[in-house]
Amino acid sequence: MASGIKDKVAILGMGCSKFGERWNDDAEDLIIEAFVEAIEDAGIDKSQIDAAWFGTAIEEQHVGKSAVPLSMALRLPNIPVTRVENYCASGSEALRGAVYAVASGAADIAMAVGVEKLKDTGYGGLPQRSRGSVNDLFWANASAPGSFAQLASAYAAKHKVSDKDLKRAMAHVSVKSHDNGSKNPKAHLRNKIDEDKVMNAPMIAEPLGLFDCCGVSDGAAVAIVASPEIAKSLGKKDLVTFKAMQLAASNGREAQHNSWDGSHFVTTRAAAKRAYQEAGITSPRDQISMFEVHDCFSITELVTMEDLFISEEGRAVNDIMDGFYDADGKIPCQIDGGLKCFGHPIGASGIRMLYEMYLQMYGRAGERQRKEDPVFGMTHNLGGFPHQNICSLTIVGKEGA
Amino acid sequence: MEVGILAYGGYIPKSRLQREDIFKAHAWFNPGLKGLARGERSMANWDEDSVTMAVEAARDCLGEDDRTNISAVYMASTTFPFMDRQNAGIVADALNLPSSLQTLDFASSMRAGTAALNLALQAAGAASGPILVTGAERRNTKAGSALELTTGDGAASFLVGSGNVIAKLLGSHTESVDFVDHFRGEEAQYDYTWEERWIRDEGYMKIVPKAIEGALEKAGVKAEDISAFCFPVAARNVAAGLAKKVGISEGAVADNLQANCGEAGTAHALIMLAHALETAAPGDKILVASFGQGCDALILEATDAITSLPKRAGVGGSLAAGRKTCNYHRFLAFHQGLDMDLGIRAEVDKNTGLTTHYRNRYMAQRMVGGECSKCGTVQFPKSNMCVNENCGAIGTQEDHPFAEKTATLNSYTADRLTFSPDPPAYYGMIQFEGGGRLMSDFTDIFPDDDLHVGMELKMVFRVKDFDHKRGFRRYFWKAVPVDATGGE
Repeated sequence: MASGIKDKVAILGMGCSKFGERWNDDAEDLIIEAFVEAIEDAGIDKSQIDAAWFGTAIEEQHVGKSAVPLSMALRLPNIPVTRVENYCASGSEALRGAVYAVASGAADIAMAVGVEKLKDTGYGGLPQRSRGSVNDLFWANASAPGSFAQLASAYAAKHKVSDKDLKRAMAHVSVKSHDNGSKNPKAHLRNKIDEDKVMNAPMIAEPLGLFDCCGVSDGAAVAIVASPEIAKSLGKKDLVTFKAMQLAASNGREAQHNSWDGSHFVTTRAAAKRAYQEAGITSPRDQISMFEVHDCFSITELVTMEDLFISEEGRAVNDIMDGFYDADGKIPCQIDGGLKCFGHPIGASGIRMLYEMYLQMYGRAGERQRKEDPVFGMTHNLGGFPHQNICSLTIVGKEGA
Repeated sequence: MEVGILAYGGYIPKSRLQREDIFKAHAWFNPGLKGLARGERSMANWDEDSVTMAVEAARDCLGEDDRTNISAVYMASTTFPFMDRQNAGIVADALNLPSSLQTLDFASSMRAGTAALNLALQAAGAASGPILVTGAERRNTKAGSALELTTGDGAASFLVGSGNVIAKLLGSHTESVDFVDHFRGEEAQYDYTWEERWIRDEGYMKIVPKAIEGALEKAGVKAEDISAFCFPVAARNVAAGLAKKVGISEGAVADNLQANCGEAGTAHALIMLAHALETAAPGDKILVASFGQGCDALILEATDAITSLPKRAGVGGSLAAGRKTCNYHRFLAFHQGLDMDLGIRAEVDKNTGLTTHYRNRYMAQRMVGGECSKCGTVQFPKSNMCVNENCGAIGTQEDHPFAEKTATLNSYTADRLTFSPDPPAYYGMIQFEGGGRLMSDFTDIFPDDDLHVGMELKMVFRVKDFDHKRGFRRYFWKAVPVDATGGE
């Protein structure tokens, strides 16, 4: 078996733009904002970057095709630049390219950039567009909330949870993320809410109300990675290194084969097993210090905590209501506000998750800094629909941990 | 062998718009409509047209019988979705019939339905197999018109051929007279109608009796022996007046379904005939006539075989499955009678690649999936590689039809974000009996349908997307609760 990437790559610098409704900025402006922070943090000149990966999902809404928009925005010196897209996991895909380039020895320093400029459609929610000429012939008229909402009906039926108890736990997920987002100056949504407000909000796709859905935001995030040796030679101390990066793509089982019950993510479970193994983690509930998961909708976070083998199957509702995932709980989840409140500029989200891990591990998270010193952090970046998706997982941690 | 009707089927859309609510909207303008403000009219859903209704009536007619011997599909309507693309061909495709058949559209007259049936009865003797006749109408009427209240939407279907016929043709007669009581020209969206009293006195009362008398004579049947007289005119007493004039007993005048359906154009004579057959006893003589630039009259006699015809929803079952609706604005919106603000989401271009459409027609119109000849797994859509992870065989998929299967609901939602002409959009993962599944649109969902995981659903043929820019529409299959179809 492959030996994996554990401790072969370190984070050299990171940057993240303010997320939100950036009415007066183009994608290029957002990229520059995140890049300037990252390159200053890394303490290098851009000529030292050997290769770059560019993640964006709905490029027709902003930059258009190819890697050229990134290369031009940053005036990169004709280095290799690759554009990647994997639904909402596009940011993690860019990161994976950069990390693998360094792990392989093909590059000393590589960069991942994720961006999305969504607030140019004239309406709320994600841009509506063709799903491909053949898919358009038979796919249901499904939106993102409508697809993820179905996790709730299947989960409630499988685990015999009442609709109301499930909705209450989902509400707690959102309340917690709003609390956390209120302490994050870069977050899109910074207002605090309570469970009743979530429960009584207008319905978007049953049973998901307005506050069960994440924000659709503009934003960019950048990660610059290097081998630990290079990082140290550049003066970087207390390295945060990559322990695992795993990705799983649906093969049609969920969409076309009756072995899936609709209550969980087949891909997350497959990727999680591999990620823990690659990172050498044997008891994730005891070992992982914090999570940033793909909380596009409250129910997604709820079932994901089981798919990552943290809550036992059917017990996420209890853990959530016990405050296990709160900022001051045993394992905080979305301590930066998550997709829910930090926001969800699609291509940037996977890198944004890593950004929070990085800040927390260096004690730079300001008002929301976790008191217990984190050792391992895990990000979970999902793309697509529960019945056909991409799941991308990253585990980072202190060097040598 | 004797030629006649082998089976019948009917379909009336689920919504029943209350006429009182139509009247309330127009009382300020035309208080005279009050006389029509009784009962309810059937109302096609936004995704129904004459083709989809014809398909449902045909499925009701054919049941689980073998369809491979059908030699022709005739479709009658004056509201065909396509002016140049054979509509009967779409019906044949949705029914997953073999390509070796004749398809014909019958149009341009309220008499098109009976004309199709009459021709089928004449042609079936020489045909290689039974002929499927369908008549369907989705009426388009001006807001505030009397027709808006008296018309309805619906379809009927008959399988015509030789063998175990449930009703045989005793005789028929046609009068062809260019009597223009109403018309719709090439550029018009709506009918233009002339005075009712003239139509009654000079049209119905003078032209129809000649056709009926001609049919009676050819059939060798006396008027008083007619047990059911199906004549699809909304105005009360027209059929009764005709019956009296030609000597048909008052009790034989069939219900014109004004109270609970409304007159479904050229399909209505066929709908009334299908309805009459539901209760016909062997030996009953049914006279069906329809008026439009003349008159067709057909006399049929029910045979002993009618008692052993398998049960079907029929017109009666379809009528019983109706749900009341009071929302006249929704009706207007479905008929492009309101310039609704549909939002920017509705602006997505729905252009269809005709090459893509043709290549995938078995999937999209026939709902044919695949069955792996190696491991037996069935799946939708069909693919080159088996979806079973323990198999994965390449090139082993045989055609496997899904349209007639029942399915179980695995997960669902009611979505108010995605654009739908009739929000919320209901959809969910459904799992077919015997394997295979689909993230499927649902349609015809009413609050009392009580969607829940584990419930049974069946598939119906509907409009998937309208491309208003180019005048095209795509069809696909959607799920409806089983108990709402009148079939159970």
